[in-house]
Amino acid sequence: MNTKKFALLGILAGLGATVAINAARADTLQDIKTKGVLVVGVKADYPPFGSLSPSGENIGIEPDLARDLAKGLGVKVQFVPVVASNRMQFLEQGKIDVMIATMNDTPERAKVVDIVHPDYYASGYNIMVPKTLSLTSWSQLKGVPVCAIQGAFYNKEVAEKFGAETVAFTGVAEALTALRQGRCNAFVYDDTAIEGKLQDPTWKDYDMPLQSQDAQPWGIAVRLGDTSLADYISKSIISWDKTGLILSLETKYGIKHAAFAVQMHNKYK
Amino acid sequence: MNLIAAWFSHLNDTTGINFTVFYDPFDRARFVQGFLVTLELCGVTITGSVMLGILGAWGQGAASIWLRRLVQFYIQMFRNTPPLVQVYFFYFGLSALLPEVKNSLGMSQPLIGGFVWASISLICFAGAFNVEIFRSGIEAIPHSTIEAAEALGFTRLQTYRQVVLPLGLRICMPALTNNLVNLIKTTPLAYAIAVPELLYVSNQIWSDNENVPEMMLLLFIIYIALVGVLVFIMHRWERALRVPGLGL
Repeated sequence: MNTKKFALLGILAGLGATVAINAARADTLQDIKTKGVLVVGVKADYPPFGSLSPSGENIGIEPDLARDLAKGLGVKVQFVPVVASNRMQFLEQGKIDVMIATMNDTPERAKVVDIVHPDYYASGYNIMVPKTLSLTSWSQLKGVPVCAIQGAFYNKEVAEKFGAETVAFTGVAEALTALRQGRCNAFVYDDTAIEGKLQDPTWKDYDMPLQSQDAQPWGIAVRLGDTSLADYISKSIISWDKTGLILSLETKYGIKHAAFAVQMHNKYK
Repeated sequence: MNLIAAWFSHLNDTTGINFTVFYDPFDRARFVQGFLVTLELCGVTITGSVMLGILGAWGQGAASIWLRRLVQFYIQMFRNTPPLVQVYFFYFGLSALLPEVKNSLGMSQPLIGGFVWASISLICFAGAFNVEIFRSGIEAIPHSTIEAAEALGFTRLQTYRQVVLPLGLRICMPALTNNLVNLIKTTPLAYAIAVPELLYVSNQIWSDNENVPEMMLLLFIIYIALVGVLVFIMHRWERALRVPGLGL
C-alpha cells in the first residue's frame, strides 16, 4: 500500500470515529438505560460534598444526589473522581455522563458544557483568619496580605473590591502553610470548605468571622446537546427542592443550611 | 492606545479571541506589573549568579582546603537538586527557622518575603553552574601565563582579577550565555511561592477570563523577546571583549 492511500485511509478512519462519537452523543439517556449504568463525576476530596469513606466508598451530598438520579432511571451508578481542572474535559470526552462536582454555574462554562437549570446549590467565598485578628467587616482587608488558590474566580474580586493583596498558591496545603507561617493574615476560600477545615482541631485558633460574599449557584452539567438527559435532571432537581432532600442531606452531613437551599425549598414546596 | 484597546475589544466580540490585557485596565495593570517583576527578577538573579560564579571559581583555586570543599559542597547541593524543590525548601522550609517581624496589623510575619527567597534560590541554582562555567574558562588558560604573572610579583588575588578572570571570561562566554538564558527561563518557578511575576499574573488573568491560549501566546512571545535581548547583549559583549591574537 503506498503512502498516499495509507494517509487517505487514516483520514477516513478519523472521520468515521468523529461521526461515531457524534452519533453516540446524540442519545446519551438511551445509552445509559441500555448499559444500565450512570457514570457520574464527583469530587473525592471535598467533604462533606464528595469524599471517600475509609472503605473506599463515595460519600457526601453529591454522591447521594447522583444515587437518587440513578434510582430514578432504574440504573446502577458508577463514580469517577474529578477535580476542578479536569471535570469539564472528562464530561466532554465522554469519561462521565453527568458531573456533580461543586461547579459554579458561570456563563463561560455554559458555553462548554450544558449546565442544567435550576441550579442545585450555592455557596460563596469567605475568609479564614487567626482569632487574634479581630475583623468586623470586609473593608478592613484593605492592604492585608490574603492567601488564595491560583485560579479561584474570587481572587480578582477580593483584590478589586476590598483592596486585599492576594498571595495565590498552587494548592490548598501551600496556602494553609503560608497562613500558619504568617505570610498572609487571611485565607480566602469557599465558605463550605472553610467550614470543613474549622471542624479540624488543628485549626482551633482560626475562625470565619465575616458574612460569606457573592453566593454563586452550583450547577449539574451534562454534555452540550444531551437535552433529554438535561430535562430529566432538571425535573429531578425540582423534585429535590420540593421534598427538601438537599436540606436533609445538609443535616445528615452536619453542615448549616445554605440560604440558597432554603430559598429553593420555599419556592418549590 | 484607545485605538488598540478598541481593536482588541472588537476582536473579542467578533472572533472570541480574547486579549484582555490590551483593553481591560485592571488586567493590563497587573500584566505590566508582572512583566516588571519578571524583569527585576531576571536582573537581580543574573547579576547575583554571575558574581557568585566569579567568587566561587576563585574559591575553587584557594589554598585553604576547607574553602575548596565548601565550594564543592555548594555546587553539589544546588546542581543536584531541582530548582522547584529549592524554591519550596527556602520559602517553606528554611524560612520557618528564621526570626519573625510584626506587620502593620500587629501580626507576626516571616522576615524574608517571596521575591527575596525566589531571588536567593535562583541565584544559588544558576550560581552553582556559573562556578563550573568559570572554572572551565580558567582551566583553559595556559599555566605559563599564570606563572608569568607570578614571576612579575602578582599576588594570587591580583593574578585572578587582572589575568585569569579577564582571559577566562572570554573563553567561557558562550557557556555563560547558555546558562543565563536558562536562568531567565527558570524565573517562572517563582510563581510557585506566589511571587507576582509574568506566569503568576497570566494564570490569574486566564483564570478570570478563560483565555488560556491567548495568554500562552503572549507569554511565549515575551519570553522569546526577553531571551533575545539577553543573547543580543551577550553577543555584543563577547565581540567587544575579543582580543586579537588570543585565537578566540
